[in-house]
Amino acid sequence: MESEGSQKSIAVKPEPLISPGHTFSSVTDKISAIVLSRGTTPGWVFGFLIGFALLMLLNMVVGLLMIKGVGIWGIRIPVAWGFAIVNFVWWIGIGHAGTLISAILLLLHQKWRTSINRFAEAMTIFAVMCAGMFPLLHMGRPWMFYYLMPYPNPMWLWPQFRSPLVWDVFAVSTYFTVSLLFWFVGLIPDFATLRDRATSKATKIIYGMLSMGWRGSAVHWSRYETASLLLAGLATPLVVSVHTVVSFDFTIAIVPGWHSTIFPPYFVAGAIYSGFAMVLTLAIPVRKYYQLEDLITDRHMDIMAKVMLATGLIVAYGYAMEAFTAFYSGNRLEHDMMVNRMFGPYAAAYWALIATNIAIPQLIWFKKVRRNMVSLFIISLVVNLGMWLERFVIVVVSLSHDFIPSSWGIYAPTRWDWATYLGTIGLFFTLFYLFLRFLPMISIVEVRSLVHETSEEGHHH
Amino acid sequence: MAQLFHRSTNLIARFSIFGAVVFIGLLGYALYTIALSSWYTRQNYVEEQPVPFSHRHHVGELGIDCRYCHTSVEKSSFAGLPPTQTCMTCHSQIWTNASMLEPVRASYRDDQSLAWVRVNALPDFVYFDHSIHVNKGIGCTSCHGPVGDMALTYRAGTLYMSWCLECHRQPEKNLRPKSEVFNAFYQQPNSAHPVEFEGVAYTSQLELGKKLSSEYKIQPLQTLQSCSTCHR
Repeated sequence: MESEGSQKSIAVKPEPLISPGHTFSSVTDKISAIVLSRGTTPGWVFGFLIGFALLMLLNMVVGLLMIKGVGIWGIRIPVAWGFAIVNFVWWIGIGHAGTLISAILLLLHQKWRTSINRFAEAMTIFAVMCAGMFPLLHMGRPWMFYYLMPYPNPMWLWPQFRSPLVWDVFAVSTYFTVSLLFWFVGLIPDFATLRDRATSKATKIIYGMLSMGWRGSAVHWSRYETASLLLAGLATPLVVSVHTVVSFDFTIAIVPGWHSTIFPPYFVAGAIYSGFAMVLTLAIPVRKYYQLEDLITDRHMDIMAKVMLATGLIVAYGYAMEAFTAFYSGNRLEHDMMVNRMFGPYAAAYWALIATNIAIPQLIWFKKVRRNMVSLFIISLVVNLGMWLERFVIVVVSLSHDFIPSSWGIYAPTRWDWATYLGTIGLFFTLFYLFLRFLPMISIVEVRSLVHETSEEGHHH
Repeated sequence: MAQLFHRSTNLIARFSIFGAVVFIGLLGYALYTIALSSWYTRQNYVEEQPVPFSHRHHVGELGIDCRYCHTSVEKSSFAGLPPTQTCMTCHSQIWTNASMLEPVRASYRDDQSLAWVRVNALPDFVYFDHSIHVNKGIGCTSCHGPVGDMALTYRAGTLYMSWCLECHRQPEKNLRPKSEVFNAFYQQPNSAHPVEFEGVAYTSQLELGKKLSSEYKIQPLQTLQSCSTCHR
């Protein structure tokens, strides 16, 4: 690499990924201070209590579900899958961005992942936890959930391995395990930093136990790099496979609007789309509130907005192909399904979907929009809503209007549907706030590796 | 900087990781063993009854046929428990003052049923029909065990689905000639004591079973193992 001097004379220089003036210790000081010295601020408590209140709502709904059963939701025949599946797919989709940022961008040597991967991966883990609640809760007898596992049982029965619902069990549990492991391994050196900087004995012991005896020796670093690469290699196919398996929940069925080969790539792209939207929704307030704009820079936001736009365009292509193949196929049922989506009882949802997922995000083409944090935040919320609507349209509209007219029926969500959904949002925010308070939300180790790029002292490595 | 943790934690950490894996394995094994244990399944458990009725005496020693008391077994899904009148057919004449039989006489006198404790019971989601089994060559003792030897009655099988499937996957293992269905001391054929059927002496249960399976028109395995056969 040439000396810093010749780099400075080039007219166009990409924006730095970390503000100039940082040193190794300033990065560590800044990030660890949030956990160790900032304390519990009123702002944090306020946000945490809102999330916690919604978590208590979830607690209540789950209790009611156990006692009264899934009839408290609006699911009936023909729409027997309602919010539970919509929310499951929504949450799992959101999780995919974290793993993409952590794993795929690591393998692609993308340095811009370093300041966002920690909280993006945390987002993934919490999103998968929220998602995992729905397959359990939507069962008629949730306490028999273990029947989904292949274990030696006195009925001599295996789970139905031909069912995508069983594949989901393996896909989601693998995804959760690998994500958690990857996140934890990455956290070990940071836990060690916190252990060394903590002042109270109890804090030292807790972070000390979590850091698994990390000494920062060359051997440890070497193992850390290897482990990260291996886990990234394991996690990378999961980004594609998990949501593909989730899309199989629909594609395996013969219902018009579900039985479509475009679903796997379209779902994966949609997952990354909604995931990046959620990363932006979280990153924008967090960087503002914790004054982290020098670490999560405007360039990061710019790149993420562009990734969101790109995946949004893939999703738009998916919608266009759905409509095209429905009409071009000559299949009367596909044609009817598409016409029903556009002009039937749920037409408002469909057109809202087009507006929120395709139309509004096109504003990101304009630099002014994607550099303005307020507008970017609003667009990210709009995309989150849009992706929820997409799952709603796919699940509910196709089920409400399948083959025989006498089977058609309307789905109306009840207050408990909404309560369960809001409850899982509460679970997510409770966990995320706890993460912000007690864990280093930016990877100290990874961001330190960027310091040399902007350092004035001509570091060599 | 002084060490936070004592040196022993190195050893503890390694052992606890290894130990956690072993622990989970042992836990699985323990759960499996408990699930198959008689504490859980009530297999071989003598249930406390209002009267210590002895099948060994009545069936083994006196030779009373199963159907004398369990009257509806050939026609109904439920084999039937005898009313007190059945007991009194003999015990109004013999052992009329035995203290052990006082509850029986009291039941007859006061017209109150004896509260027998159920030894073999399947859950409500299982449809089991005695008559089809008995009419197709499954003996009483095939499922209920050596009742003729039971001084006090106990459940001989686990009644798990796997226990039923063992036969339903290979009925030849348990079929016997219809004439032997109510024989409480029937033994499956082997070289020491063959069983005769239609003039042929069989020394192997599987051979006899195969012959009987076609003779008695036992349903194909696909029907025997179909979910809706038993879960209607």
